[in-house]
Amino acid sequence: MRDTAMNPGDQEYFDAAAAGKLMLGKCGGCGEHHHYPRALCPFCFSDKVQLAPAKGTGEIYSYSVSRRAGPVVYCIAYVKLDEGVTMLTNIVDCDLDTVKIGQKVRVTFKKTEGGVAMPVFTPA
Amino acid sequence: MSMKGKAYIVGAYEHPLRKAPDKSVAQLHAEVAKGAIEDAGLTKDDIDGYFCAGDAPGANAFSMANYMNLKLRHFDTTDCGGSSYLVHVGHAAAAIAAGKCNVALITLAGRPNSEGSSGTQVRERGAYLPDAPYEIPYGPVTVNLYAMVAMRHMYEYGTTSEQLAWVKVAASHHAQHNPNAMLKNVVTVEEVLNSPMISDPLHRLDCCVVSDGGGALIVARPEIAQQLKRPKVKIIGVGEALKHQMGGKIDLSYSGARWSGKRAFEEAGVKPSDMKYASIYDSFTITVIMQLEDLGFCKKGEGGKFVSDGNLISGTGKLPFNTDGGGLCNNHPANRGGMTKVIEAVRQLRGEAHPKVQVKNCDLALAHGTGGSLGHRHGSSTVIMERE
Repeated sequence: MRDTAMNPGDQEYFDAAAAGKLMLGKCGGCGEHHHYPRALCPFCFSDKVQLAPAKGTGEIYSYSVSRRAGPVVYCIAYVKLDEGVTMLTNIVDCDLDTVKIGQKVRVTFKKTEGGVAMPVFTPA
Repeated sequence: MSMKGKAYIVGAYEHPLRKAPDKSVAQLHAEVAKGAIEDAGLTKDDIDGYFCAGDAPGANAFSMANYMNLKLRHFDTTDCGGSSYLVHVGHAAAAIAAGKCNVALITLAGRPNSEGSSGTQVRERGAYLPDAPYEIPYGPVTVNLYAMVAMRHMYEYGTTSEQLAWVKVAASHHAQHNPNAMLKNVVTVEEVLNSPMISDPLHRLDCCVVSDGGGALIVARPEIAQQLKRPKVKIIGVGEALKHQMGGKIDLSYSGARWSGKRAFEEAGVKPSDMKYASIYDSFTITVIMQLEDLGFCKKGEGGKFVSDGNLISGTGKLPFNTDGGGLCNNHPANRGGMTKVIEAVRQLRGEAHPKVQVKNCDLALAHGTGGSLGHRHGSSTVIMERE
């Protein structure tokens, strides 16, 4: 997986990923979960946001097996987490031709070329 | 204030080249500007408003206004990817209605063909993007993001690969008559399905071309339009919308066309079934099906059925579309197809499309653009026009 530049405020999410934890933004104002992590709640705009651990389970909302975008075939996907929030990710560690929408998945972590841990998902 | 009748499209020009290795991007912008100005029968000195987007060198108006030595009272560099130029038409009409300019020039140009651009390259689109650290490592590229939309559409509505393929087939029927089209061969559904799979379920022939060149439009006040000796194309409704990921509550089943179309139709006071011709943004076959549903040409989920069996083919189908061959077969310059959508709609309304694809009595037409990605964040813009 390729690397990209971080912005101030991103480090906590990726430190948690390095420790094997998937985090979600959670608002102390309205109580909603959100993704991507934001400094202000994208629903009520409160600044009382923090990262909270997610269960790490969900189901595939959509996916596509990319066959000609680089040397390695990979599967991009949107996973709808049990918390009701959908995140962009990859599906890994399975026969990519068996991936299906609605499939139950659980989080695992893979590192980018530069060593950053990224949450990815595998069949549960 | 309604935009209905506040401005006219008086000039439209598509660069004839699809590969331009020896021309700079700035030169291409200037050449299409000149072409549109001459098409309108105006002069460069008549231009007092200028619109461009991220394809303009510097991604703002400084460089091209300088290159062309324009004297401007109004400028606007709204960028929403390929749909920018339809937004520009709406913004030009509003500026003209507000008395901020009289004659607006809109240009698009680029050279992705000569530069080896591809829809399978991860593109970092700028510094400080807040979503990049949470996206880029997963390898999102243009094709696989649209592919996820197609996969979901197939799951929710039973849309098939064959139905997607019909969109390309129809475009190819039109492109065969366009001497400048990049792909001039008529293709069959089978040929689309047999083309290499790029990212499930999109085959190569489900994807638009990568072409150099560009195009330009001139939008003018009614009084100026009345003086020019060209068939008149009146802007009667415009709408724009921006759809994104909504805090994580992602829904790929619809696009911003649901909102921009509604706004444009309300302003124009017409319905989708009144349209004699439609230019529908065709970055991918799924894009077309999605927009036809969201614009109201058919019910949500029935887009696959609507496009099947040649329903988009001029002369035989119910909704002639992209009669220049579209982005799928003719031209998608700078990876931004919105300009050419408006240009072909203008040709149809003027009666200047190729005789083999010209719609009889084409007095009402729509052009729609989807810029950015249906798979995460995009801009939608709808322009409805009437021949006067």
